[in-house]
Amino acid sequence: MGIVISRPGRAERAVSAAPGIRVERLTKRFGAFTAVDDVSFDIPAGELVAMLGPSGGGKSTILRIIAGLEQADGGSVWLDGLGVDHLPPRERRVGFVFQHYALFRHMTVEENIGYALRVRRVGCAERRERVAELVALMGLHGLERRYPSQLSGGQRQRVALARSLAARPRLLLLDEPFAAVDARVREELRHWLRRLHDEVHVTSIFVTHDQEEAFALADRVLLIHDGRLEQDGSPLEILDDPATEFVARFIGDVNVLDGVVRAGEATVGALRVPVARVTAVPPGERVPVRLVIRSYDLKFWRAEDGGVATVRRVITLGDRVRVEAMVDQAGPLFAQFPRRSSLLHGVAPGVRIGIEVTAARAYPLAPGARPAVPVQHREPRRTFA
Amino acid sequence: MFDDVTRKRRRVLPGFGLTLGVTLLYLSLLVLLPLAGLVLKAASLSWAEFRAAAATPRALAAYRLSFGASFVAALVNAVFGLVVAWVLVRYRFPGRRLVEALVDLPFALPTAVAGITLTTLLARNGWLGKPLHALGVDVAFTPLGIVVALTFIGLPFVVRTVQPVLEEMEPDMEEASACLGASRWRTLTAVVLPQLGPALLTGFTLAFARATGEYGSIVFISGNMPMRTEIAPLLIATKLEEYDYAGAAAVATVMLGVSFVLLLAIGRLQRWSGATHRAA
Repeated sequence: MGIVISRPGRAERAVSAAPGIRVERLTKRFGAFTAVDDVSFDIPAGELVAMLGPSGGGKSTILRIIAGLEQADGGSVWLDGLGVDHLPPRERRVGFVFQHYALFRHMTVEENIGYALRVRRVGCAERRERVAELVALMGLHGLERRYPSQLSGGQRQRVALARSLAARPRLLLLDEPFAAVDARVREELRHWLRRLHDEVHVTSIFVTHDQEEAFALADRVLLIHDGRLEQDGSPLEILDDPATEFVARFIGDVNVLDGVVRAGEATVGALRVPVARVTAVPPGERVPVRLVIRSYDLKFWRAEDGGVATVRRVITLGDRVRVEAMVDQAGPLFAQFPRRSSLLHGVAPGVRIGIEVTAARAYPLAPGARPAVPVQHREPRRTFA
Repeated sequence: MFDDVTRKRRRVLPGFGLTLGVTLLYLSLLVLLPLAGLVLKAASLSWAEFRAAAATPRALAAYRLSFGASFVAALVNAVFGLVVAWVLVRYRFPGRRLVEALVDLPFALPTAVAGITLTTLLARNGWLGKPLHALGVDVAFTPLGIVVALTFIGLPFVVRTVQPVLEEMEPDMEEASACLGASRWRTLTAVVLPQLGPALLTGFTLAFARATGEYGSIVFISGNMPMRTEIAPLLIATKLEEYDYAGAAAVATVMLGVSFVLLLAIGRLQRWSGATHRAA
């Protein structure tokens, strides 16, 4: 008996022959709360994609809709060109790795991995062969007859992965796959997932709220926030060209300052940034903008006369030094330099400095927007007598 | 040297000796002593007398009825108790708390009241008995009536043993099963039920044990016809009324022995299934 995996389901709509996954205008509401808000994306076959965003942003819900565990209120999902909206989870051939593994407690490692094949009535010999193959692939030798309760977190994770791969799914979904293991094991599992993906090449989406994880592993990152897709791009694109203010803030140590763009120059208090160095400047005369400046896109130097800011604090953080300064007629600004950087010469608290912004992004400021608040650091409130 | 081996493991709360002592004393006074008295009384009979008292066709019919009806009732409870527990754990619906309270009612209600109520309801002229009689089914004063009463008595056991286990079971595993291609039925039989097995068995055992000893409700609904609807506890009571204390003790001893063997067997089954399902 062969592997009965593709079941030509009831009236699957063929839309395109393109393998991979397409999600179109997905919307999901829980009561008055919109968990997923008009999300669309395409993932070509074989890619490893991260769905990144803060917790509670709708990432897991999107994953669950793709797997058929949740019903969307609007929009549709195509897998390898087949509309699957009407298919129950078991007919979608989507592997799902749950955050807490969801291994079958009463089955051994072997039985867990072989479950999908047993359910599909795959012959005993063939099943055993496939299970052995996966055990080898996952490095689970010697654990075949153990129960999940006798495994470590990392081992359970690998069993869960093996189980979801057993029936050769067309798509693998991982919901916060490394959240439940400790930091060291997480690092190991990450490398290991990337290697596995390079070997098996199954189209995969994993959910994470850890940007380092997303950037380290994924070919592409979908940034999800408040149920909306904020940006869809390669890790570098997201890092260098954040599409929205949210993305820019989420990605890293940034300064957020409100200013204006006028006559080829962006101005924030005493700080001037040539527009050539500011991306996404809206056209027009004198436009209020919100500037997002990364902490490493700044140069500081000691200014003998004048300068635009005063250094407040200099903090050594291992291999980096963080300098916090107060920009005249604006607000606090911080920069990070390598420990031995020549840019740090003479920079000390109370010193006046000049600042050069080497790169910045500007986002048009909606009328009535709340004033920018520095995300990374807030000065303790000081009271003067 | 040796005290490394023999030294007791220290615990935060010591008192093994004390608690074991209390346990043994308590069980001896409450359980062992009366039962020993019972066996002793039965032992005053010679073997032939014992057989004459405890192995008459009437007594054998009573044992069969008692254990048979209890078994069927416990089985019914295992199935429907599971459904009730499932509904109570998995769904939120108006009146859920009321249902929750209803489940425990058989514990609180005097069994005689239950017996009289069920009899009134199921007698040929009762609300339920009348339409059932029209369909050719008589419940009151038949073995079927006994099963109904025992089912009523045993209902809370299965629900209350299965419920906490179900509550701890996250739907993750069922979803995983569905994603892996299993049908609903398959998920139920391969994933859900095996995990509930030990708890279900415990509930079944409790319901069964409770049913074999039930007396109060049965005397009203069974009609108490010897050979047909007379349960063993009633036979014992009848013998007592006839001042045949030794004969009553003989029948009771047989009940006791059978129950004990059955409970031991179920306990063993339980350990075995627990071992395969949980394994450390």
